[in-house]
Amino acid sequence: MKVIKAPVSDEDILSLKAGEEVLVEGIVYAARDAAHKRMVEALQRREPLPFAIEGQIIYYVGPCPAPPGKVIGSAGPTTSGRMDSYTPPLLSRGLKVMIGKGERSPEVVEAMKRYKAVYLATIGGAGVYLAHKVKEVETIAYEDLGPEALRKFRVENFPCIVAIDAAGNNIYNR
Amino acid sequence: MRKVKAEDIKNRVCEAVIEANIKLPPDIRKALEKAREEEEGTARKILEILLTNADMALKERMPLCQDTGMVVVEVKLGQEVEITGGSLKEAINEGIREGYRKGYFRASVVNDPILRKNTGDNTPGIIHMEMVPGENIEIIVLPKGAGSENMGRVAMLKPLKGVEGIKEFVLQAVKEAGSNPCPPLIVGVGVGGNMEKAAYLAKKALMRPVDIRNEREDIKRLEEELLYAINALNIGPQGLGGKTTALAVNIETYPTHIASLPVAVNLGCHATRRAGFVI
Repeated sequence: MKVIKAPVSDEDILSLKAGEEVLVEGIVYAARDAAHKRMVEALQRREPLPFAIEGQIIYYVGPCPAPPGKVIGSAGPTTSGRMDSYTPPLLSRGLKVMIGKGERSPEVVEAMKRYKAVYLATIGGAGVYLAHKVKEVETIAYEDLGPEALRKFRVENFPCIVAIDAAGNNIYNR
Repeated sequence: MRKVKAEDIKNRVCEAVIEANIKLPPDIRKALEKAREEEEGTARKILEILLTNADMALKERMPLCQDTGMVVVEVKLGQEVEITGGSLKEAINEGIREGYRKGYFRASVVNDPILRKNTGDNTPGIIHMEMVPGENIEIIVLPKGAGSENMGRVAMLKPLKGVEGIKEFVLQAVKEAGSNPCPPLIVGVGVGGNMEKAAYLAKKALMRPVDIRNEREDIKRLEEELLYAINALNIGPQGLGGKTTALAVNIETYPTHIASLPVAVNLGCHATRRAGFVI
């Protein structure tokens, strides 16, 4: 099985085909609706993002708080479609991989083709199973957003399926 | 009048929200196990992971899904009960607050639909109250995630559309929802009443276990026909294809106006969580 690890190159992206199972390793940034809104507003004000986004991976998740002795609470994907309108500006700045669940808009797919990016689906509702794949967590910005803060995860063997590849092939359009 | 302490209600609500979030209801578990045997390839693998996830959640006392939802609370309040030492509504919200804190569950509620500031403790719940004869209080909690809730639909059909119109609308709602509500689904359908009654019936339908059919023979048949048609859509677990798009279709009905045929669809994900108690 292929392993995806940031920083991700155009070459890595072009080798991935829709339907393929992959494992994600290393750093992913956890962000959902509210964090996306702030990131895109920062770009509109020509301010830097809280992390260097070139070649990086964003996971759409708002985890549960960590119980004692664990690094994180349940941490499955949220519905990606709500991030659609924020996504093209991030892809244009070099975001390479998105992880979530559910379909994306035609605008996102077009931007993925233009900027060479992939969209991975993981398993919605498998909160505990996926939390076990997260080994380290650090909150890096927007702490006031609570579960929607921007976090940096280190993951191991994080299971995904290539849902939409950089050629626009889509496993949901069957 | 029988006296019941608000404090006791709070404690039971606290326990119920914790149980609901960490324990997959046994009827849903059984239905997922059956579906796993019928699927192959990716669909089977996904169902396998969902069952493993349910085992881990119970063992580690972690929530099945990080979307621990907004809590729908269905209260059947006996007319012979007097609640002492506080208000029922506050006792329920305090139970939610305490349960979500003790369980390390995500706070998923914002204070206002426009201002959108997280309340930090997952309150308030959505409380439906019904007065019933007797001296008991029966409470069901249903922590409902937004991935599935957002895909709900209501239609005010013309009565002449009849059963065919209902079928068409339910199928369309499931089709449009696609992978977003985390299939395999429990499809809650409310038919009749008026607009808000139909929506409420659809939610109540999700509180019924998946292995119990409607008592009315014609409605039971409609549930079975719809389930068959939905599973022929090939949406499958997580929308990646397969035979199992829904585990059950639960329909509830109510008398309606001569000019109306309200239909509501409330989708439940594969972890439609519920717990309840009688006090």
